[in-house]
Formats: sequence, structure tokens, C-alpha cells
Amino acid sequence: MAKNVVALIGAAQTKFKTHYADKTYVELAQEAAKQALDDAGMEPGEIDAVVFSMAPTQFMGVNDCDRWSTAHVFGTGKPYMRIHAGGATGGSALAAGYIHVASGVYRSVLVVGADRVAETPDAQHILNLIWDRFYEHDFALNTVTMTAIAAQRYMARYGTTEEQFAKVVVRGRKNAMGNPYAHLKGDITVDDVMNSPRVAYPYKRFDICPRSSGAAAVVLTNLEVAKQKCARPAFVNGASAITHSVFMGDRMGVFSETEFSDHDGEGIAAYEAYRQAGITDPSSQLQVAELYDPFSTFQYPIIEGLGFCGRGRAAAIDQEGGWDMRGGQVAINPSGGTLCTNPIGVTGLVRVVDAANQIMGKAGANQLPNVHNAVATAAGGSTQFFTVTVLGDDHTPKGIAQ
Amino acid sequence: MNADDVIHGEWHVRYNYSVGKVAGHFFEGLKEKKILASHCSASGIAYLPPRAYCERAFEPCDGWVEVGHTGTIEAATIVTAAFENLPPPPYAIAYARLDNASTALVNFVRGLDLSDVPAAAAKLKPGAKVKVVFKDTPEGRITDFHYELAE
Repeated sequence: MAKNVVALIGAAQTKFKTHYADKTYVELAQEAAKQALDDAGMEPGEIDAVVFSMAPTQFMGVNDCDRWSTAHVFGTGKPYMRIHAGGATGGSALAAGYIHVASGVYRSVLVVGADRVAETPDAQHILNLIWDRFYEHDFALNTVTMTAIAAQRYMARYGTTEEQFAKVVVRGRKNAMGNPYAHLKGDITVDDVMNSPRVAYPYKRFDICPRSSGAAAVVLTNLEVAKQKCARPAFVNGASAITHSVFMGDRMGVFSETEFSDHDGEGIAAYEAYRQAGITDPSSQLQVAELYDPFSTFQYPIIEGLGFCGRGRAAAIDQEGGWDMRGGQVAINPSGGTLCTNPIGVTGLVRVVDAANQIMGKAGANQLPNVHNAVATAAGGSTQFFTVTVLGDDHTPKGIAQ
Repeated sequence: MNADDVIHGEWHVRYNYSVGKVAGHFFEGLKEKKILASHCSASGIAYLPPRAYCERAFEPCDGWVEVGHTGTIEAATIVTAAFENLPPPPYAIAYARLDNASTALVNFVRGLDLSDVPAAAAKLKPGAKVKVVFKDTPEGRITDFHYELAE
């Protein structure tokens, strides 16, 4: 399929924390939009279209707040769309912006959003409302319980332990210490995770992401504009998404074509994104992976789905330091990941920002050397929507010019 | 100016959800303590929850199958924290594939000692057998029954 080269030339994120007392929702979104434009060296007039990244609006409490945000993110007078795919929203919004530019319809697109998950006291009350009233809503499903169910099945398949999942939290919080935008960070131990209060087996409190407030934005443009504006863009060489049935019970057991506990949609999406980007050996071609991991149990199946190791192997490799930011086989979530920071409506976009910064050499204290290709993921709905974005410092990797 | 000032708000919204023919037939079955899966003769799949259309064969489901009141756990969790508007903890949730169904259906697992969470979780591992226990007087709602461990 013929398509134009897409370059990410500006990226921004705000600091993330539980509450923003000094700014409203739209002012947060505006802060990220302005910083991304500044980073790209662009004026709002150079943006042809705006994609607004926002998941359920019941957390922040203004229904369909994309309307409230139009002028604040410099969208007035421009094509403007909101993308919502639950936790995958940021990845899907990036994909929409990518298609805008790759198609040749628009030169330059701003992808921007904000969230304030803790504006209401219990996010899981709202997340329970995503299930239908006929069959599933009554059984206390929410993002904590549905992913705990997946984790219990994964543990039974592969023998993974709670202590192994706890190590993911320890590694993430440690990595986040070098990320000035991260919400949770610090030196903690496996025992700290194991001794935190039980929530839903196998989760303890520290296995679960915080409810974050903040914003993120990127500027995508074509090759011609990128050459004028940016010495080292992060090219979007692959962008894919796949969707499963809402019914998790269809995706487990002998009659299922997919395996629920493997988060296998991420693997299917990766296959397509890798095809576009010419990635044939993920472990040697990709140096950084920014994974959507709101729970400690997400990393291992996603690492396996992305082809960094075989199914059921990621936990053992972790014990040997294989996913460490420095010295590992692939640097997994050098930002600290979603376990440390989860502003749901933009989390997938933050993954892209963090991955792009590593390629553009803008990752600060956590900058890794020789990053040529990076991958970012997102997942949402009833572990139902999966996105994969492949970024690179070269726009002509093998396989892209088709 | 007080930068820490907040304005309080609450949403109260009421709905009436139309049940439709497929769920309506399923709910009528529950009133007779029957759990009915929609069946597609093209794919051979028996769906729970029931579907109007087979998502595998892309054909209309053209029959109903009464599934067994015993089944097998595919995945489960034990919840020990309180969430707003959800049941008081502790409680166990499981996806179980009932005999003759192709897919797993979620429900609570009751009657299990949950005081030792890892020990209880071990009893709910994939492969564990469950039985369906109905209310004495079903109302035609999914909450008319729950699971209990079979052994």
C-alpha cells in the first residue's frame, strides 16, 4: 500500500500526579499542546488537523470533554476528531494521526489529550459501567478484576509467581526515578510489594498503577516538513491495532482461537506493525519498548507477544536482568511505564512520547545510547483493543517502501 | 484567589435497557432454571452469553442448546478490597465453561472459604470443576444463579 512517510517532530508531556489543583482539565491539555508545538518549532497555524485523545470522560466529570477542549488545543477552524478506545486510546489516537499524514490528506497533525482520573474518588466504579447490563455487569468486573482473572490464568499456564510479578514493580519504580514526569517512583523491594494489602488475587496494592492526572501531545508531519523543522525526528514506521470481542469468556478454553491470558492481541498487532516497519528480529532491531502495563502482570505476556522471547519465558529472563534499562536484552519501560503513571486517556500517547524521546535523544537522565528503533503499545476495553507503534530514526527500513 | 478550591458535582442518570429477543429468550429459560446457549450450525459453536449472530461463521445463530449445570473454571480471582458500588469483599469471580457450551460465562463462586487468599485461589485454578446453583424462585435475570465448587 502506497503511503507517505510520517515523522514525529514534537513531543510533550506534563508532570503526572494525583491532582492538579492549579489548572483545569482544558488548561492541562493546552499546556501539552503548546509544548509539543514549541518542540516542533511550529505555530498553531501550521497544524492542519487535530486528533483528541480521550477515554471515558466520567473520571474527570465533564461529559465528552473533547468539546470543551477544542479552542484550548488550537483546534478552532480545523478538522477535529476525538479517539476513544479505553486504555488503548492514546495508541489509537496516534494511529489516527498517522493515517491522516500517511494518506497525504494532511501535512501536519497535532495529537493531544489530557486526563484526570482521580477527579472522582473510585475509578473502578466507573470502569464497571463498561460491561453490558444483561450478562456481565453484575459480577464486579472492572479493570482490576478482569486483569487479575487474566493473570491467574497466565500463572496457571506458565507457573509464574507473585514474587516474579513484584520484580516488575521494583524495576519500574526504579526506572521512574530518572523520569521527571513519572507519578510514582522510588527504591522499593519485592517484599514491599508482597506486603502491600491484597486487592484481587494475585494483585496487591503495589501491583496496580496510580490514578494520574496530566496531559501529552505529539506533532506528526510529512517528510518535507520534517526536513525543514527537525534534525532528528522519530519516524512512525509501523502503526497497527486489532480488536477482540468484548466477551473475555470467548477468548479462553479449547474452543477459543485466541488465548486471553497471553494478551495475544498485542502479538497480532505487533506482527502487522513489524511487517510495516521491516522488523524481522525484534530483539536485535528494537532497543527500547514502552509497554502499556497498568498492572504488574502485563509486561511478561506483552514482552512475549512482541517476540522478545518465547511464551512463558519472560519472567525467568527478568530474574537474570534481561529487561533492565541498562544491560538488558531490550530496555523495557525506561520511563517506569504505566505502573508508575496512568492518565488513562493519554497513557498510550505517553508511551509513544517516551519511546520517541529515546530516538530523538531527548530522554534526559534516562536517555539510552544507540537507540535506533523503539516500540510502544497500548491496550484497552475488556483487554480487547491492542495497538502497537514502531518508531525509528530512519524512515526507510527494509519493508517500508511498498 | 484560592488555587485549592474545588466545585462538587454528582451525576444521577437513570436508564431502561431493552432486552431484545435473544436475551429475552435466555432470561425466559432462566425462569425455568435452564441455561440456554445460542448455537450456530455452520460453526458448531454454542455461545454463552447468547448471540444473535455467530462471530466466527458470520451466520445467524440458528438454534438453542441447553447447557449443563456443571462446568470447568477457565480463570478466576478473589477480591479482597472494597470498590464503590460493588459488593462488599471478599468474593470470588470466575469464568467457567459450562458443559456443552463453547465459551466461558462469568459469575460469582460462592460457598468457598476466602480467608486464606492464595489457598482459596489454588482451589479456583483453571480446570477446577464448578456446579450451578439456582435461586429458589428465579426472576429471569443473570443473577438467578451462581457457581460453587463441585468437589
